[in-house]
Amino acid sequence: MFGKLTWAAIPLNEPIPLATVCVLVVGIVAVLALVTWKGWWPYLWREWITSTDHKRIGVMYVILALVMLLRGFADAIMMRSQLALAAGHAAGYLPPEHYDQIFSAHGTIMIFFVGMTFVIGLMNFVLPLQLGVRDVAFPVLNSVSFWLTAAGVLLVNVSLGVGEFAKTGWLAYPPLSEIAYSPGVGVDYYLWSLQISGLGTLLSGINLTTTILKLRAPGMSYGRMPVFCWTALASNLLIIAAFPILTATFAMLLLDRYLGFHFFTNDGGGNPMMYVNLIWGWGHPEVYILILPAFGVFSEVIATFSGKPLFGYRSMVLATMAICVLSFMVWLHHFFTMGAGANVNAFFGIATMIIAVPTGVKIFNWLFTMYGGSIRFTAAVHWAIGFMVTFVIGGMTGVLMAIPPADFVLHNSLFLIAHFHNVIIGGVIFGAMAGYSYWFPKAFGFRLHEGLGKAVFWCWFVGFYLAFMPLYVLGLMGATRRMQHYADPTWQPLMVVALGGAAVIFIGILLTVAQLVVSIRTRDRRRDVTGDPWSGRTLEWSVSSPPPAWNFAVLPTVGGADAFWSAKHRAGAAVAEERLIALSVPKNTPLGFFVAFFMVIVGFSLIWHIWWSAILGLLGAIAVCLRHAWRTDLEDSVSVATIAEHERAHRLRAAQA
Amino acid sequence: MSRITRRRELIGLLSACAALLSSCSYGVLNPQGPVGAREKLILIDATTIMLAVVIPVIVCTLAFAWWFRSRNKRARRRPEWQYSGRIEFVTWSIPALIVLFLSGVAWIGSHDLDPPKPLSDAGAPGVVQIEVISLDWKWLFIYPQERVAAVNELVIPVNTPVHFKLTSGSVMNSFFVPQLGSQIYTMAGMTTQLNLLASHEGTYNGISAQFSGDGFSDMRFDVRAVPSEEYKAWLVSAHADADHLDVPRYARLAEPSRDNEPQIFGQVAAGLFESIVRNHGAAPGASGPPSPSATDASL
Repeated sequence: MFGKLTWAAIPLNEPIPLATVCVLVVGIVAVLALVTWKGWWPYLWREWITSTDHKRIGVMYVILALVMLLRGFADAIMMRSQLALAAGHAAGYLPPEHYDQIFSAHGTIMIFFVGMTFVIGLMNFVLPLQLGVRDVAFPVLNSVSFWLTAAGVLLVNVSLGVGEFAKTGWLAYPPLSEIAYSPGVGVDYYLWSLQISGLGTLLSGINLTTTILKLRAPGMSYGRMPVFCWTALASNLLIIAAFPILTATFAMLLLDRYLGFHFFTNDGGGNPMMYVNLIWGWGHPEVYILILPAFGVFSEVIATFSGKPLFGYRSMVLATMAICVLSFMVWLHHFFTMGAGANVNAFFGIATMIIAVPTGVKIFNWLFTMYGGSIRFTAAVHWAIGFMVTFVIGGMTGVLMAIPPADFVLHNSLFLIAHFHNVIIGGVIFGAMAGYSYWFPKAFGFRLHEGLGKAVFWCWFVGFYLAFMPLYVLGLMGATRRMQHYADPTWQPLMVVALGGAAVIFIGILLTVAQLVVSIRTRDRRRDVTGDPWSGRTLEWSVSSPPPAWNFAVLPTVGGADAFWSAKHRAGAAVAEERLIALSVPKNTPLGFFVAFFMVIVGFSLIWHIWWSAILGLLGAIAVCLRHAWRTDLEDSVSVATIAEHERAHRLRAAQA
Repeated sequence: MSRITRRRELIGLLSACAALLSSCSYGVLNPQGPVGAREKLILIDATTIMLAVVIPVIVCTLAFAWWFRSRNKRARRRPEWQYSGRIEFVTWSIPALIVLFLSGVAWIGSHDLDPPKPLSDAGAPGVVQIEVISLDWKWLFIYPQERVAAVNELVIPVNTPVHFKLTSGSVMNSFFVPQLGSQIYTMAGMTTQLNLLASHEGTYNGISAQFSGDGFSDMRFDVRAVPSEEYKAWLVSAHADADHLDVPRYARLAEPSRDNEPQIFGQVAAGLFESIVRNHGAAPGASGPPSPSATDASL
């Protein structure tokens, strides 16, 4: 009846997971009780859960990312404290069976559910506003994408309390991830949650690419798009090209595990090397999917706060698209040590280094954007400058490992761990946090507390160096990744410093929460009534904060790059009321929520081999989609009076400011 | 103000790192053989070349940001300046030139240090042949010429090229002795090759550098590089060991076990390595890979 699921799946005799699960369950129940008690359900259902508004969906993505950051960071601090303890003959407090799940979950969660979720959230929120349009190309699909991501998140977290997570590392290399070596449900949790959320990501990539290619404001030619839109285009093209590889690879591994196929097994003609090639065929573009939007954020932030147009716009665009193409030609550098031969290794090493050229150009262009500017040191600028300083170090160690003979001694070492945290924290996280503080006032109509924002930055910045510089050194000392304990006690002092760094980052994360609470409580003092709190250059700053559901009363006509900047300097940007026409906005729909609900059932049932409920869940998901397909009443209309009222109120508030 | 603190912090960190590196007495920066020594040289050369650009970029970032702060009355503003063909030419050229140079290093280095490439004349009689099999979770070293084998202990003669043939009896692992240089994957059903040489006597740490499951952290072995007389003496004493490695013994050895003590086999069945490769890692005659549900000795 219930497949492999029995009471034994609940970790009743393992204190650490059990305590974690209890705290989580109590937390979730408390939040749900609060929402019920306050009577917020109708509001949440109407305005958020069923929303098809790209801004609301973008905000939900970012909230999801921040929540998962807490989870992923909890894993990180457990790993760091384990390694600070487990030197010499000490075993630490986490047995390998548990430790292996933690590092696998840390990587999976941080890449898929923090990094991806955060950048997709920012793109969702910003793109239509920057492009001067009313929503993404497929608003309902957007909601489905978000909820599928949430479904994946839920499944990963269920593994904490019911069963186990993968003990294979975040990429689940076979044959270790095959049924012969990982007979438990951990790898199945990993595969199904990523299959479901990966589908959401692919749909989101299609949606945003279509939006950029097809829905731009009149006059916004490609050459006038803000650089963030360009980086988002490159990132979403990569999603469309790369995520099907991931889905197909996982599908083959699932066939191996569920139906006894031999794609990647040791025997029966299987070939694990094929998996490693395929997974990095997705995995390398993936890091550019994450970093390119971050580059876009920095381009916007540096230009805006320097009070200058971006230096070398065309170079920047060219560099972005060059990275987009090249990122597909370098996957083999993740396994130079597989023994492919000198010519193959040299080819991929050189191809990898070539990516450093456009990336270097970007750094120089940001540098010259600051040159001659008038720089305001907001929190967002702190993140941007911290990024430039940190990222060049990470880029340097990356190029170093692109030289195959250097990689032969650095591969899989803690040096590698330091390198990719150097670019992911110093690049993606700094970019996400810069975007968060830059666009927050646009999303909510009030600014975040700047002082606390800078404190958050300093914690991450100092914490990063403390946590990862020792790892570079340890890697050179011969320490490899994924060790649960180590024999050499001389490594311990550096491990303790790294733990200290993680603790400093933890303070930064606590301060992020504090910043949010303080900013909400004092929001009346932080109101952004003009819609343009930073003296911005792009179209999102030309509308009220938060923007109305329809974004633009009249679609802006774009006459050049930095559209809003030039419009501001041609006085009289206000829209004449007689030009207003009634609009329609897509109706809310619970489709995404229901599809995700059924997909959670499908995923959970497949993980535990409960076939009947997997079929029922799948039928349910198909049924709600079909029902939606036959809906005729798809849009709400917004009257001219409503739009005019909003415009008048916004102008009045702005004039009083 | 904050910018200066940050720079000081950075310099402090960098110098702390440098101090740690120089005090580091082992690891890949203290190689004990020609492979590791050349890899260390590439590492240091490439880092130095890149630092020549990275450090000025970091300094410029901080300097530009500080000088062009909005409150600095003396800074000359150019609010419309956004293009300079000459600067763009330079900004594309600098990284391109560095990459061009490093590409040369990568091409030559990849060929020079290709793991299967012999360190001396191919097949020279002096070359020691060793077959390596990674198991759950220990290393098996077979000396095919001498027909002895050892678990979790690798004895090699100093100043003699060693040619390794590697495979896995289980999942993927990576054979790595940081102080000797290059690592290489071990994969079931496949053979990889590696050539190393220890130019100094000593005992060096060997590890698996590719996560392979719960017992992974203890897949350590000592590499003892000894004078050739001592090596010969070790072979003789190894031969005296009563334990023989044949197919059934291999099947038992291949069962998962953790934190194994070194172990010697005085006799090894001929062609064992090849038949394990042919059989995708499983003991010849067995139908599949060793099942992890088999008793895990230390559990």
